[in-house]
Amino acid sequence: MLNGPVIVVASLLYLGLLFAIAWWGDKRADQGRSVISSPTIYALSMAVYCTTWTFYGSVGRAAVSGIGFLPIYLGPTLVMALGWFLLLKMIRTAKANRITSIADFISSRYGKSLLLGGLVTVIAVVGIVPYIALQLKAVSGSVSLLLNYPEIVMPGRSTALPVFADMSFYIALILAAFTIVFGTRHLDATERHEGMVAAIALESVVKLLAFLAVGLYVTYGIYDGFADIFQYAADDDRLRRLSTAIPSGQGYTGWFSLTLLAGLAILFLPRQFQIAVVENVNESHLKRAAWLFPLYLLLINLFVLPIALGGLLHFSGQGVDADTFVLTLPMAHHQEGLALLVFIGGLSAATGMVIVETIALSTMVCNDLVMPALIHLRGAALAEASDLSRLLLRIRRGAILVILLLGYLYFRLAGEAYALVAIGLISFAAVAQFAPAMIGGMYWRGGTRGGALAGLSAGSLVWAYTLLLPSFAKSGWLATDFLTQGPFGFNLLRPQQLFGLDGLDEISHCLFWSFFANIGAYVAVSIMRSPTAAEASQARLFVDALKYARPVGAALWRGLAKVSDLTALVGRFLGPQRAESAFADYAKRHGQVAIDALEADAELVHFAESLLAGTIGSASARVMVASVAKEEPLSASEVMNILDEASQLRSYSRELERKSRELEAATRDLKSANERLQELDRVKDDIMSSVTHELRTPLTSIRAFTEMLRDDPKMRLAERERFLGLVVSESDRLARLINQTLDLAKIESGNADWRGSALDLKEVIEQSVASTSQLFNEKGARVELDLQSGLPSILADRDRLIQVMLNLLSNAVKFLPLNAGRVCVSLRAGAQGLEVGVADNGPGIRVQDQQVIFEKFRQVGDSLTNKPAGTGLGLPISRRIIEHFGGRLWVDSVPGEGATFRFFLPFAPDNGV
Amino acid sequence: MNKKVLIADDEPNIVISLEFLLRREGFDVLVAVDGEEALVKAREEKPDLILLDVMMPKMNGFDLCQALRADHDLDDMRILMLSAKGRETEVSKGLGLGADAYVTKPFSTKELVLQVRSLLGV
Repeated sequence: MLNGPVIVVASLLYLGLLFAIAWWGDKRADQGRSVISSPTIYALSMAVYCTTWTFYGSVGRAAVSGIGFLPIYLGPTLVMALGWFLLLKMIRTAKANRITSIADFISSRYGKSLLLGGLVTVIAVVGIVPYIALQLKAVSGSVSLLLNYPEIVMPGRSTALPVFADMSFYIALILAAFTIVFGTRHLDATERHEGMVAAIALESVVKLLAFLAVGLYVTYGIYDGFADIFQYAADDDRLRRLSTAIPSGQGYTGWFSLTLLAGLAILFLPRQFQIAVVENVNESHLKRAAWLFPLYLLLINLFVLPIALGGLLHFSGQGVDADTFVLTLPMAHHQEGLALLVFIGGLSAATGMVIVETIALSTMVCNDLVMPALIHLRGAALAEASDLSRLLLRIRRGAILVILLLGYLYFRLAGEAYALVAIGLISFAAVAQFAPAMIGGMYWRGGTRGGALAGLSAGSLVWAYTLLLPSFAKSGWLATDFLTQGPFGFNLLRPQQLFGLDGLDEISHCLFWSFFANIGAYVAVSIMRSPTAAEASQARLFVDALKYARPVGAALWRGLAKVSDLTALVGRFLGPQRAESAFADYAKRHGQVAIDALEADAELVHFAESLLAGTIGSASARVMVASVAKEEPLSASEVMNILDEASQLRSYSRELERKSRELEAATRDLKSANERLQELDRVKDDIMSSVTHELRTPLTSIRAFTEMLRDDPKMRLAERERFLGLVVSESDRLARLINQTLDLAKIESGNADWRGSALDLKEVIEQSVASTSQLFNEKGARVELDLQSGLPSILADRDRLIQVMLNLLSNAVKFLPLNAGRVCVSLRAGAQGLEVGVADNGPGIRVQDQQVIFEKFRQVGDSLTNKPAGTGLGLPISRRIIEHFGGRLWVDSVPGEGATFRFFLPFAPDNGV
Repeated sequence: MNKKVLIADDEPNIVISLEFLLRREGFDVLVAVDGEEALVKAREEKPDLILLDVMMPKMNGFDLCQALRADHDLDDMRILMLSAKGRETEVSKGLGLGADAYVTKPFSTKELVLQVRSLLGV
């Protein structure tokens, strides 16, 4: 059943289906019900990256170098997963500035330069032509294979035939026709093609399914699974090396170059820019594409090695080109249906690429090459013409045809000498030349038009010299002398060993020298002079693209225009109806009922310019608008003022941000300070409450007793004397309390009067014990002294230390058992200072109370009988005194076995008393 | 029969003065020096009135007041809180917990006696 008519009918049916989908998609888009507002469709349409190169060529590459086909997919995977922010910035910048192609992007970035846009277009067209040739070669090859079924005959050298007998020529024409009806049915200001995107997404599904079908058939139909195929390959001496990590002869440099190249290609290939940036309807779709697209790449690569190995095993020694295994394996096993599916898959991969690529290129050719030339040649006459939209369409259609014919020409000239992948890589290396100007333009304000021009020219010249010319030479169209001996015998200038750089594969070699020239020229020329006003203002829009929510392009325009002139101008390019509705929309957005009510201010002029930019490119749009709007040229100094204001505003806002951060920090500090203050206030409140309580208690007794004495003159004398005695002792208590409170307050506020002198601690202890001996005698207690003598003196306040000792001794007395009490006072020298202990044989202090007793007004006592007399301030004061001289005061106690208060004083206090 | 008054306070000299004062008025006086002892004595002796200090060891006056008011055997007992803590919040806390009166220290002996008498209805 595989004969000519079947193949033709199947192909036409498939192309018809695509066209129907595109038509439906466009119709839905016109009704405002977009079919492509799905992140999945977006991710699938990005798979236009996978062309016949992937579909047929990967297997061919794998048959030679094992997993050497992989870098082409690793690069995009890495870029999507790790470099999506580049794409995001491109999308946002392009949307804000109505950018419709990569040439437009670069020209717009560097001050809407016509020359730059033209140069990028030329590089893109020349660079992509081999890539289109690759698709022609693959499709015509697959057709001729199928036509010879059931024989397997490698396609002959079609270049031997005259052009009109060559099937590839007709395939090119059919593809051109198809692309023309597909992509240039009407003009749109945003240059978006929703129907095309929907069709491309479908194509991506078809080619993936077709490839997976062959893969499954080879792996599980012909062989018995992956393990089986790899086992066969491992048994075959020639095939074993294909399964090793990196086959010899293709070093890590090669891997790196290819990965880098492919990573750049996914960003800067005109068709990828078209799909990923221009056709993007919602930047959040990028999120899904970041994993779905790499997943697609993984799936379509899954069966590459099995098919390659299966083909090599099956066709061993039969001279079957590995690039055709995907198709010839099913044919050899007489799987006609599968073979037809594979053919459709390959056709799908080719048409997808050709359609998007040529549409993107034709937009660039029209907007950045032909229109500027027309404007330049015919100038104002063009602006007078009534309707230019037909002219624009005609230019684009012509461009599509020319590009495909150029592809065919390259195929005739050089197609036979190279495998599919090798041809594709030449194109990759060409578009990689956009990287410095693109990436530099998005992140470096200093890049200038001159720099971009120099870099692009230098890079692409080196590319042409080291990669394109040799491809012609190897095909026999140029003498190969200059390859082997260098031009005119200059050995150093051999294109593929430039300046003696040897030992690299041709791609790495080209990449090295072209990037060297490109980046070097871009940076060197850019820094030779500072950017002009136009460049600086565009740089701001691009570099800060992610900072501004709205485009701010209107800031740098001043002039006079008439609304009617603007609408007429836009109408000439877009058609009057579209222009009318666009301006009506604009009026509505600005709260005006009619277009006539609009004011031709800078914003409207900018709007008109951006409408035109979508159709004829930003640089041409600028020129056209300038022809109707009397632009008062802004002098450089005025522009600099505006920019200065902008940058001042920026720095003010940075300053404000900084200030607000500082304020936040200050507020935080204040808050915590306030919390501390409130805590202190609470503590102070508690202390005040304690103090009043402590003061009121003795006062209560004093008042009660005195009132009773006053009111009862007949009170017995003994009673009277007892009460008076209590009044006196309570008054003493009150006085002591007041003194100690003041003393503690003084110490705590730092106002205490400290006297420092060298003193003998032993003598201080002895004096303190002597002055409390009365207390001990009253209680019938014994005091033992265990004092080391001949110790070094201590620098401290003698009266304060006596105060501490008296406090400790009188505390001890209070708790001694009557007539059995014993207190032992000790003095020991340590390495750092002296330690004094006052040990009693009282009841001891519970562990939980051992800290409490050093707090103010916290006496620990259980009942009336053993409630200690005292103020509750003695220990806190003593501790502060000891600490003032750099020492420590603490208590060791086991309940029931007495308590030992100890303090330690260092020889050399470090607070400089 | 004489009215019975329980003094609950841990400050010895205040206890002495209150004891003297109330005996002179002809009341039977009992003394407790901490909260727990006061609770036990109140339940055993069922006094007609208790003079309650707030700052007491083991169980403070507020807790004691609450415990006493929870005991319905003691519903007839009057409670007079006596405290050196004289802030508004403490007074209303005491009254809120069921005290019949709240007197701040230092107090006038005359007024205290009047207060005690009126609470006991004599």
